[in-house]
Amino acid sequence: MSQIGQLKKMASQRGLNVDNELKKLEARLDELRAETFKSLSPMERVQIARHAQRPHSLDMIERIFADWIEMHGDRSFRDDPAVICGWARLDGESVMVIAQQKGRNTKENLKRNFAMMHPEGYRKALRMMKMAEKYKRPIITIIDTPGAYPGIGAEERGQAEAIARNLLEMSLIEVPILAAVIGEGGSGGALGLSVADRIIMMEYAIYSVISPEGCASILWKENTEETRNQAAAALKLTAPDLYELGVIDQVVDEPEGGAHNDWDVAARVLRQALTENLKELTKRSASDLLDARYEKYRKMGAWNGD
Amino acid sequence: MAWFRKEKKRLTKQKRELPPDVWAKCDSCGEIIYREKLADNFFTCPKCDHHFRIGPDDYAQLLLDDGLEEEFDADLRSVDPLNFVGPTRYADRYEKAIRKNGRKEAVVTGSGRIDDLNVKFGVMDFGFIGGSMGSVVGEKIARVAERALDEENPLIIVSASGGARMMEGVLSLMQMVKTSAALGRLHKSSVPYISLLTHPTTGGVTASFAMLGDVIIAEPGALIGFAGPRVIEQTIRQELPEGFQRSEFLLEHGMVDMVVPRPELKPTISKLLQHMVG
Repeated sequence: MSQIGQLKKMASQRGLNVDNELKKLEARLDELRAETFKSLSPMERVQIARHAQRPHSLDMIERIFADWIEMHGDRSFRDDPAVICGWARLDGESVMVIAQQKGRNTKENLKRNFAMMHPEGYRKALRMMKMAEKYKRPIITIIDTPGAYPGIGAEERGQAEAIARNLLEMSLIEVPILAAVIGEGGSGGALGLSVADRIIMMEYAIYSVISPEGCASILWKENTEETRNQAAAALKLTAPDLYELGVIDQVVDEPEGGAHNDWDVAARVLRQALTENLKELTKRSASDLLDARYEKYRKMGAWNGD
Repeated sequence: MAWFRKEKKRLTKQKRELPPDVWAKCDSCGEIIYREKLADNFFTCPKCDHHFRIGPDDYAQLLLDDGLEEEFDADLRSVDPLNFVGPTRYADRYEKAIRKNGRKEAVVTGSGRIDDLNVKFGVMDFGFIGGSMGSVVGEKIARVAERALDEENPLIIVSASGGARMMEGVLSLMQMVKTSAALGRLHKSSVPYISLLTHPTTGGVTASFAMLGDVIIAEPGALIGFAGPRVIEQTIRQELPEGFQRSEFLLEHGMVDMVVPRPELKPTISKLLQHMVG
């Protein structure tokens, strides 16, 4: 990069034409950059998925949908700001959007609880899904959470039951469900919103049964840089890994180096993927959808014997 | 001084040499119990009612008229789908668990009878890699739920688990959906599903089939929760209240229907089933 800068400076100082040289160098730079990003380690990808400047759900929603109108509350305990739900339009069609929302700074994160939902969040989401079903509108869920919140109140109010209930109910919802993992797919906390007909995942998003940190402290008995790296690699948590395992249906390209480098482009590509998948899903009858959804999860996993 | 200490050591050693197949020591109150008497007492301590950890065979004997009359899918085996390399290889740990437990996975499923009513039955084995749910556990639970639906037999599942089996990565997570979806079909029918939670039931098993029973029963004093107590303590940086995440706590918060001591389990389940389908 410094070579390109020097060349440009020299050329402008002396009035020389160095376009050809420049092009060559820039092409080489692009190649190198592409190679670097292709060879990122799994833990480096985890860091991109958690990048402070990565676009969050609302950043995507405002770039992708029209007519967004948020609704609140589980009608039983409180509104959980870690998850946002509302009607929106994609290509003119109404959809129910349910999204986990991270904060951009400390104040926002206190409000959003770092996108770690409580049971009432899962119950709010389920209420909205039932409403979408009632009005025959498809559901788009946007996943970005470190996990469901592990706290006293969450346990008192049945975190496990709330997630389990969503898994059961989402397997029976009679409208298309499309899930997009845009950042962190943190274990059961992500799963509770992502039982879907199609799951798409942004290139540098991750989806894992446990965080590399958690896995390192349990299996390796210590959470160090080395054990975290090993755990991240062992868990097979990157988007390409999940595609290979048959858990997700599509990997959505990101701007070079990650979505944080260009939110607009990232949103445009994601929008395209959402539109195409939804178009395909809305063609199907409710009973076809439910049968296919059941069969899809029924086949997941690997074992020997019959 | 030296020979005093030596003497002491020999005494403790002698104590430990109580034949363990004849005597058992209560983990809770330290009472020494004659093993035969322990079985007669439903594997609970006669002094403090502590419920000893028991395995699938004991639960089958305790809850079913004639034990497990047919076992399903006993030969399903895990295949290490991620080729998981941790401090130990998953494949090695799995083989070791099979040698230790004499069975191939952390759940046993099959059929039997409760007061002459045919039921489908599943019971988890905490001794098998912490009762963790990988592909095989998920598959066996889904299959037994499907059989219950096909044959219209009530389903009873006894849970004991540390959660999803992380060595199978996201595939183990997907078993939560698989089992819940199978139970979803059961829920739409009028075939009962009774879930019995034993010590401990946490993580991905709690957050799927364990909490989805029409009726949920917990054994006394069992640890039941989504997150483990240590994780919660680390997150909120304060000590947890006494009795937190225990069966009685869940009953108080409306998360289970009843806390039932082991001797009462079979009569309770039978009574419930009589109301539901008898």
